[in-house]
Amino acid sequence: MAIVLEPSPNSPALPGGAIAVRPNPVSDPGVLRRPVESTKGIVSWLTTVDHKRIGIMYGALSLVWFVIGGIEALLIRLQLAQPNGDVIGADTYNQMFTMHGTTMVFLVVMPLSSAFFNYFLPLQIGARDVAFPRLNALSWWLFVFGGLFLYSSFFLGGAPNGGWFGYAPNTSITFSPGHNIDFWIFGLQILGIASTVSAVNFIVTIINLRAPGMTLFRMPVFTWMTFVASFLLLFAMPIITVALFLLMFDRNFGANFFNPAQGGDPVLWQHLFWLFGHPEVYILILPAMGIVSEVLPTFARKPLFGYPVVVFSGIAIGFMGWGVWAHHMFAVGLGPVATAAFSVSTMFIAVPTGVKIFNWTATLWGGAIRFTTAMYFSVGFITTFVIGGLSGVTHSVVSADTQQTDTYYIVAHFHYVLFGGALMGLFSGFYYWWPKIFGKMLNERIGKLHFWLMLLGMHLTFGPMHIVGLQGQPRRMYRYDKGMGFDFWNMVETVGAFIIALSLLVFFANIVITSRSKAVAPADPWDARTVEWMTDSPPKPWNFDVVPTVHTVDEFWHRKYAEDDDGTMRRVATAEQVLTHDPVDPASIHMPSPSWWPLIAAAFFPVTGYGVLYHAWPVAILGGVGIIAGFFGWSLEPSAAPHDDHHDDLGHDDDPNSSFGELVAGTAH
Amino acid sequence: MTAATVDIDHSHAPAAAHGDDHGHHATATGISNEKVAMWAFLGSECLLFGALIATYLVYKGRSINGPFPKDIYDIPFTSASSFILLMSSLTMVLAVSSIERNDHKRLRLWLTITALLGSSFIAGQIYEFTAFVREGLTLKTNLFGSSFYVLTGFHGVHVTLGILMLLSLVNLSRRGKITQAKAETVEIVGLYWHFVDVVWIVIFTVIYLIP
Repeated sequence: MAIVLEPSPNSPALPGGAIAVRPNPVSDPGVLRRPVESTKGIVSWLTTVDHKRIGIMYGALSLVWFVIGGIEALLIRLQLAQPNGDVIGADTYNQMFTMHGTTMVFLVVMPLSSAFFNYFLPLQIGARDVAFPRLNALSWWLFVFGGLFLYSSFFLGGAPNGGWFGYAPNTSITFSPGHNIDFWIFGLQILGIASTVSAVNFIVTIINLRAPGMTLFRMPVFTWMTFVASFLLLFAMPIITVALFLLMFDRNFGANFFNPAQGGDPVLWQHLFWLFGHPEVYILILPAMGIVSEVLPTFARKPLFGYPVVVFSGIAIGFMGWGVWAHHMFAVGLGPVATAAFSVSTMFIAVPTGVKIFNWTATLWGGAIRFTTAMYFSVGFITTFVIGGLSGVTHSVVSADTQQTDTYYIVAHFHYVLFGGALMGLFSGFYYWWPKIFGKMLNERIGKLHFWLMLLGMHLTFGPMHIVGLQGQPRRMYRYDKGMGFDFWNMVETVGAFIIALSLLVFFANIVITSRSKAVAPADPWDARTVEWMTDSPPKPWNFDVVPTVHTVDEFWHRKYAEDDDGTMRRVATAEQVLTHDPVDPASIHMPSPSWWPLIAAAFFPVTGYGVLYHAWPVAILGGVGIIAGFFGWSLEPSAAPHDDHHDDLGHDDDPNSSFGELVAGTAH
Repeated sequence: MTAATVDIDHSHAPAAAHGDDHGHHATATGISNEKVAMWAFLGSECLLFGALIATYLVYKGRSINGPFPKDIYDIPFTSASSFILLMSSLTMVLAVSSIERNDHKRLRLWLTITALLGSSFIAGQIYEFTAFVREGLTLKTNLFGSSFYVLTGFHGVHVTLGILMLLSLVNLSRRGKITQAKAETVEIVGLYWHFVDVVWIVIFTVIYLIP
């Protein structure tokens, strides 16, 4: 491996050879110069391993994909606005609904959740960063390159067009001969690696990096839901990885997994896909539930009603989510036993979800409620999610579901839970945590306009889909005839979709206006309850000057308020008083240094993808070698650049953890 | 395997972040991040192999044309190579035990033997694949061919990555990088190695032994 250098100060060729004599080293024994001193500018963002910066980048890019996925949705709605629409052709329509679904699931809701995980998980548990900051950066860059790879298909012969669940054998080479599906396969593989890596990272972070006193049942609910969602990711991703591999072997190497002529079974794909796909649904919704569970107690000025029950319900959803996948396949004809079992389990999973709804409602009951924008979105989440949840329960009734399958009723259902549910919850998070992230408040008045437009647009777009769905309008058909009774409601849906688009413009306007405003947010704008507010806004790179010792779930609140003799909570300290501490020398806090390697290693993944896709084997091999070389370079680089108060020349030899990294590096010599 | 490691300062009081105790990472569980990460990763791997094995089972006996398993399996040969792989778990344990007793020579000896046993298994797999192709079974032939090669191939890739890790350990140890305090590194690689062995017991039973 030519690019790997010996990490020894004795080697004369090393850029970092002078470390021992440099008073303030700016480089280390890696191959690439490490930009340890840059905290501003493009390089500092490209090489950052700071969970907060990675979180901001996740959020920003997800919003870009949200706009793109939204434009695809608008094109679909324009095509369907009138009977026999002629805006886009059938083939473009197929690409639009496939890319809309794939984008919104994999490039919008998942990474938006990931943005909040990244930013707030370490803050909520009182950690300085995640357990593996460079792996975190790798996840981020894989998300970037996976998305770009997927979308490059538009310029290379056409986007994926097999639906977001890519049913085989429709997606096999016989029926989809172009490269469209290959882009989908390799794009999702790259995004899947990103998700698996970050799931491992978050799980380890939550298990190992909690502040003193923070037992599992003192963790904020958002952290808990991150924990559950990470386990779902950890176990669900390998299943779609296998399904995509099987399809790849079929399409590119002539295997027979989904080839009916050889006895291949189309139902196998459906089982594998939905065994991933249903836990995926909870991966999308649990983080939003976590955000709502933070926002409601804050603005009701009450502790979350039944905290342990909410947590257990989340865990129960996580477990039961594995036993309901075949309700996506009732129309396949799985036989009476399987159908009955999955029908019952699907009804049953409504129980923990319902428990949560009741707990949220009871949290509001008797609270001193403040209706901020974040609160609007959280209450909006509860109401629309209840509607979506109830229509979901109707799918568990097999006889009903058989009628609903592949109609707009299904589309209505999952947009109520994913748009009205997940995205409303995530927007609640934006308004709630914006002052924490940027130190400025989003405008509340514009925010409420955003909320009302979005809620109105949501119900106008997806509400009528229940009606036309039950009337029989099929999904994924690019046209419908006059006189079917679909005309009016389809026009209403299209108008609704544009209202949603308008509401999003209002949101972006709010961001621009806020960023131009000079007003600085107070340290504790919402009278918040949890640990992430017990530091500056925005936090310093090391998060906490002094890591708090935790005694209760609502640690921050209980430092501000105490019960007096007659049992009322009275304020005993201001937020500023709680946040005051003795000055700390930042140099005493060691943080991991920035690194180029996550970016470099991730950049070779799409190279491999293109190589296999076009059967250009040298390119594929180049990509594979690049990935391995990236990891070798990574392994040779200690996680933290040598610090002048480490009394050793290598800077990393006293680090017991680096040996595992060197392990791989060892083969280079 | 991404062998990524970090050093975040987990010390909660800033003053404690200094000096000699820098290497002692106080995690909330007392188990190192790397070990928890490996366990989580192996959990994920269970589902990867689970899905592949399930695919094999679904297609068992459903091939339309031959060659069928009974036509080409050489069970005594595969049993021997499976025995070799299982024995490598024993030598892996001996390697971990050696470094825990600070015996670097034996560490390298047992790691090398483990890697050699693993390589023998891979050599056996390559021989088996070649023989099967000669007898007319390829990825394209039938469902059996597709599911057999993909399942055992995935396992073979895992063993190969394990061998790379073992050889890296030998190399590091030779350069004096694996001190007794870093015995856990060997242990973590061992976790991966044992997992790959255990998975092979399942695969071997499912595809060779169950008629």
